[in-house]
Amino acid sequence: MKNKIIQLTQRDTKISRRKLLGGAATAAVAIVQTAEGKNVQAALTQAQLSDDDPTKKLGTFPGEIGTRSSFEKLVKDPSETSSRSPLQDFYGIITPSDLHFERHHGGVPVIDPTKHELLIHGMVSKPMIFKLADLKRFPSVSRIAFLECSGNFRSGKETLRPQEICGLTSQSEWTGVKLSTIFREVGIKPNATWFLAEGGDAAVMTRSIPVKKGLDDVIIAYAQNGEAIRPEQGYPIRLFVPGWEGNTNVKWLRRIELSDQPFMTREETSKYTEFVNGKVRQFSFDIDARSIITFPSYPQQVEKGWIEIRGIAWSGRGKVHKVEVSVDAGKSWQIANLQEPILDKAHTAFRYLWKWDGNATEIMSRVTDETGYTQPTLKQLVEARGESNGYHFNPITAWQIKPDGSVLFKPESFR
Amino acid sequence: MGILSKSLLIFPIVWGLLFSNSGYLSTHSSHFSPSDTSQVPSSFGFGRLATQAEIDRIDIDVRPDGKGLPQGKGVAAKGKLIFATKCVACHGAGGIGGPNGSLVHSQVEPTKKRAEKTIGNYWPYATTVFDYIRRAMPFNAPGSLTNDEVYHLTAYLLSANQIIDSSFVVTPATLPTIKMPAQPLFVPDDRKGGPVIK
Ligand code: HEC
Repeated sequence: MKNKIIQLTQRDTKISRRKLLGGAATAAVAIVQTAEGKNVQAALTQAQLSDDDPTKKLGTFPGEIGTRSSFEKLVKDPSETSSRSPLQDFYGIITPSDLHFERHHGGVPVIDPTKHELLIHGMVSKPMIFKLADLKRFPSVSRIAFLECSGNFRSGKETLRPQEICGLTSQSEWTGVKLSTIFREVGIKPNATWFLAEGGDAAVMTRSIPVKKGLDDVIIAYAQNGEAIRPEQGYPIRLFVPGWEGNTNVKWLRRIELSDQPFMTREETSKYTEFVNGKVRQFSFDIDARSIITFPSYPQQVEKGWIEIRGIAWSGRGKVHKVEVSVDAGKSWQIANLQEPILDKAHTAFRYLWKWDGNATEIMSRVTDETGYTQPTLKQLVEARGESNGYHFNPITAWQIKPDGSVLFKPESFR
Repeated sequence: MGILSKSLLIFPIVWGLLFSNSGYLSTHSSHFSPSDTSQVPSSFGFGRLATQAEIDRIDIDVRPDGKGLPQGKGVAAKGKLIFATKCVACHGAGGIGGPNGSLVHSQVEPTKKRAEKTIGNYWPYATTVFDYIRRAMPFNAPGSLTNDEVYHLTAYLLSANQIIDSSFVVTPATLPTIKMPAQPLFVPDDRKGGPVIK
């Protein structure tokens, strides 16, 4: 058979009857890959189906790059401005690089790494230009941490997957040079308190960041999960600002300017600011602690009996201290198991073993971080801020379990 | 005190500052031997000095105090004409109601809790209007406007939002003096973690 079966879409159970009637001996309908590499839908005979027995056929030989199994259909959820990670399809805490969420303001640029330069100037003793190769010569660091867009909350209907609710968060191992190492090289002036980070994309994206954070743990990253950063993530270099809202992690970094005041760019005034009790909160950098159950979740189906509830929790202010799970619509809470490693400012996996009795209920999780902050309910958030949406919205997210085993998101609304 | 213990003492002070971190990183830094740290130079000498011309070529930012504004000037009448050809398709006639958002403040729609955020009711600094248009607009041809065109458009959008009157000449000296109505609303984040929900 020249065509390679990729995915069975439908097995025909009425095959014998059709055979009796003398019709086409269709045993199944499948997605097959043609010799030209195209994926097409095709009807298969019983003979072709058994041809698919992997023990009866030599497999493919070693290749130059690995591939995802053609039975796995992991895809991001793109819109005009962003693309969301399929949180419900992940295991563990590392986001496969090609499934890391995307958010950019002028598309993904094509940048030649041999030509790309990073300029650092302003309140420094030596304004300098670094090529990618220069940056790679400095002492390097690696760190596993999450990256989340601060506009990462959607609600409004029951048929939402974790991907749609909060798929603008992902986690990688980032490798690069500490910004403090570069600051030391250029000699930043003692009165420099802010720096501007600017991207080399069509939006020439800019954000002002306090020098204190820059000295603390910011990385100029050139690698992600063991290889060069993906273009969508800022190839060849990006800022990685642990625990802070995604937008500050400026991609395609081309310039850093030291200053004694913030620059008040559009992304820190018109955007990424939020109404709180009639005022506009600005420079709200920290990502508040948050968690979500990713299994079971819409549109999965569960069966009565033992269910391992699984999810992720994280905080921009430190480590996850504990995660609690409620299986009775928030009336009582039990401690979930945390999977090592529990890293600073990182997605942490949690699990809770539950015996479902088949009755309708709601399940949900809430995280407490090492500062003692506990993820609030939507009601608590709305009461505290006087707003029912906005950036940095991190409410407890509940799933409704129906008696038939279907799982639906529980959209809540206040005001 | 021997040399070894001395450098062990210096280690946490110097490198603690540069490499301080928790979790993942601190496990690494505990593997540094004292000789690793004592050999770190005050400068690695990688990279090269930037010339003023190299800086000027891409240093396009503008601060609220006006630092960074180029020579040039603009008036609303000219900005209105440029807007009608280069911006109107995406931002609507008069900067209201286009597919990519309004730039000019109008009445609150009865169905909405609050008016759409625009330059007129939400932007805290006039300098940001110049900075943003110059770096990113028009969306389909970023970086294509001359400095004077950006000044004209800035004057037009501020005037259409009734922040300056139509005769106001926007220059590097006058732009930073414009007071934006929304500025007093802006307060820095005061969330600090801990049990409080903010
Ligand atoms: C092809 C469509 C298009 C054209 C033409 C266009 N813009 Fe835009 N504009 C956008 C989009 C899209 C955004 C939002 C970009 C983002 O959020 O990253 C935007 C955002 C803006 C903003 C910021 C709005 C806010 O509230 O934050 C301003 C100001 C602006 N444009 C001015 C202009 C001006 C002036 C022109 C004409 C020179 C122009 N635009 C032409 C699509 C366009």
